[in-house]
Amino acid sequence: MSEKKTPAFKGTKEQESELLKVIEKYKGTEGALIPVLHEAQEIYGYLPVEVQQIISDGLNVSMAEIYGVVTFYTQFTTNPKGRYKISVCLGTACYVKGSGDILEKIMEKLKIGVGECSEDGKYSLDATRCIGACGLAPVMTVNDDVYGRLVPDDVEGILAKYID
Amino acid sequence: MKLARAHVLVCGGTGCTSSGSGKIIEALNENLEKYNLTDEINVIKTGCFGLCALGPVMIVYPEGCFYSMVKPEDIEEIVSEHLLKGRIVKRLLYQETVHEDNIKSLNDVDFYKKQKRVALRNCGVINPENIEEYIGVNGYSALGKVLTSMKPQEVIDEIMKSGLRGRGGGGFPTGLKWSFAAKSVDDQKYVACNADEGDPGAFMDRSILEGDPHSVIEAMAIAGYAIGATEGYIYIRAEYPIAVARLQIAIEQAKEYGMLGKNIFDSGFDFDLHIRLGAGAFVCGEETALMTSIEGHRGEPRPRPPFPAVKGLFGKPTVLNNVETYANIPVIINEGAEEFAKIGTEKSKGTKVFAVGGKIHNTGLVEIPMGTTLREIVYEIGGGIPNGKKFKAAQTGGPSGGCIPAQYLDIPIDYDSLISIGSMMGSGGLIVMDEDTCMVDIAKFFLAFTVDESCGKCAPCRIGTKRMYEILDKITKGNGTLDDIKNLKELCYNVKESALCGLGQTAPNPILSTLRYFEDEYIAHVVDKKCPAGVCKDLVTYSIDPEKCKGCSLCSRKCPVGAISGEIKSPFVIDTTKCIKCGVCAETCKFGAVVK
Repeated sequence: MSEKKTPAFKGTKEQESELLKVIEKYKGTEGALIPVLHEAQEIYGYLPVEVQQIISDGLNVSMAEIYGVVTFYTQFTTNPKGRYKISVCLGTACYVKGSGDILEKIMEKLKIGVGECSEDGKYSLDATRCIGACGLAPVMTVNDDVYGRLVPDDVEGILAKYID
Repeated sequence: MKLARAHVLVCGGTGCTSSGSGKIIEALNENLEKYNLTDEINVIKTGCFGLCALGPVMIVYPEGCFYSMVKPEDIEEIVSEHLLKGRIVKRLLYQETVHEDNIKSLNDVDFYKKQKRVALRNCGVINPENIEEYIGVNGYSALGKVLTSMKPQEVIDEIMKSGLRGRGGGGFPTGLKWSFAAKSVDDQKYVACNADEGDPGAFMDRSILEGDPHSVIEAMAIAGYAIGATEGYIYIRAEYPIAVARLQIAIEQAKEYGMLGKNIFDSGFDFDLHIRLGAGAFVCGEETALMTSIEGHRGEPRPRPPFPAVKGLFGKPTVLNNVETYANIPVIINEGAEEFAKIGTEKSKGTKVFAVGGKIHNTGLVEIPMGTTLREIVYEIGGGIPNGKKFKAAQTGGPSGGCIPAQYLDIPIDYDSLISIGSMMGSGGLIVMDEDTCMVDIAKFFLAFTVDESCGKCAPCRIGTKRMYEILDKITKGNGTLDDIKNLKELCYNVKESALCGLGQTAPNPILSTLRYFEDEYIAHVVDKKCPAGVCKDLVTYSIDPEKCKGCSLCSRKCPVGAISGEIKSPFVIDTTKCIKCGVCAETCKFGAVVK
């Protein structure tokens, strides 16, 4: 995992003031850390160490604790995601209907592995747990678009929609 | 709500939303405007109807016409013909409902005939974003009844009498759980709802929250009254954005209407609800881990006792139930424990919702009385297995469960019967597998899942699941020995005995149950170095049957690595040194000449 490249942090002042507002809103609430991390990730797209530091200072929670929580939950990521976030469902229903082959096809086409982001920052690929669209298995999503009842040959056509 | 002469109910559950029901609603509204029908026809976005395989689906009332797999371009015809002129567009109806010249009621089609919708009673019936529709179907009357005419202990007695057991999988009697928490004395108690539905292939809870969020809110308030809690938390997966949004709307509306907040129904009872989002950790479905996560920490489980009823959330007595369990509560209060207990088997009362998926025609959500057989679910409700394949097993209970082989198709499904055959009820995922599914591969799939999701706190789970996975991987690659199977079994029992929480204790179940019923498949992998289902790529070789091959060259043209050669009109051959076993040739051959 460690060989994954992490680009330099490019957070803006606006993002920071937005985050500070979020911290203010939750300060004093019991169990505030996870909701704050959720919203911070909404703002920045990911949770690099710089963002964790702001939260640590704001909520008065140690960096060790924050890092522990961020790395525990799969929804939190310390790596930025691509402009097009591709996810392939590997839930049981999708798996028995061949979503493994769909995933392989995408990796082959984009030349990136699971959890990685293409060098131009355009695509990132994840294997997700059940998204609950089992009736449409096997399923993949690109950002908010859902594609169901897939066969490996569909992959190329779908990726072609997300070129620019 | 304005009076309308017809209502169009469009499914807005995740399944149908994914297959495009949003566009259907847009097209409906556009066309209603175009034909000047907006004052006469109501379009309502509801929760899940259950038949996800046929999505997007919509029903037009009063006729009850069920249109399935609707496309936006079909909408104009439905509006101009059916809604304007009253001529039903038969070709777009769910064909099961078309009977010669008549339209069958939805309740008479195979998919719904054997179902009994209790927990799902309002899903696909009401608009989940409008509290008045919930109130219109008797909503919040159970809370009213409890607060104005029952003592807390009477509520607990009623739930106890109903025989309701936890629908999250464990099957612990709900009334008993409540009574423990009621007996604990503390200045603050909590009611929590487990909506962290993590089993892959299970989406019952999501569908309830998307289709009928108020029933859960109402039930939690009832639980709060029964045990003496004034605050509640709903812990829900962040992967369920539609459910989260509807729940937020529902909580806001409930507060506005005085169903939550201070002095509910002038009874002096206060109750407030908070939503907490999960962040993608399967172990957080375990009750102690879930509470640790709500508290804002890594969602690691803690040893029990103390049980949550004594020391739960923030160290206070807590009742934690699953979404489906809660959805049953208002029905029990309104109709009485006796009525509820009439449904089901001796020790498992009521119904169970299953998310049926995998190799089956009608994938979707079904709710059946306890005691229904697997055969009824698979062949009658589910419509059987596609492509004339044979049923091999059904997997229930997800990564903690096991499989039910064909010889038990006629066993009545309830908590105890499933445990007696080495599976478990689980939260309700039911994945059907046919002869093309390799049971060793499935066990490996589930172990890969538990390896990933093990929180790492205790060694048996952290190391044990990994070692079990490695042995399975070795077997599926053709390098296994009979000793490996023996070691695997022993490891399974050790992990089961020594892991800290439910995740680890049940992680070996997929292996144990596949070993119990399909040991021959393991042996085929180990001794004959063959995968009978043809799934494990390292153990499969493709060849062409010269008797059947017509020499059409189709496979050779499709082969991505050029491993197939031959002359037109005479049998082709596969060069196994080049073959990457992708299986494209077998899929493309029209004569069934490619054999594994």
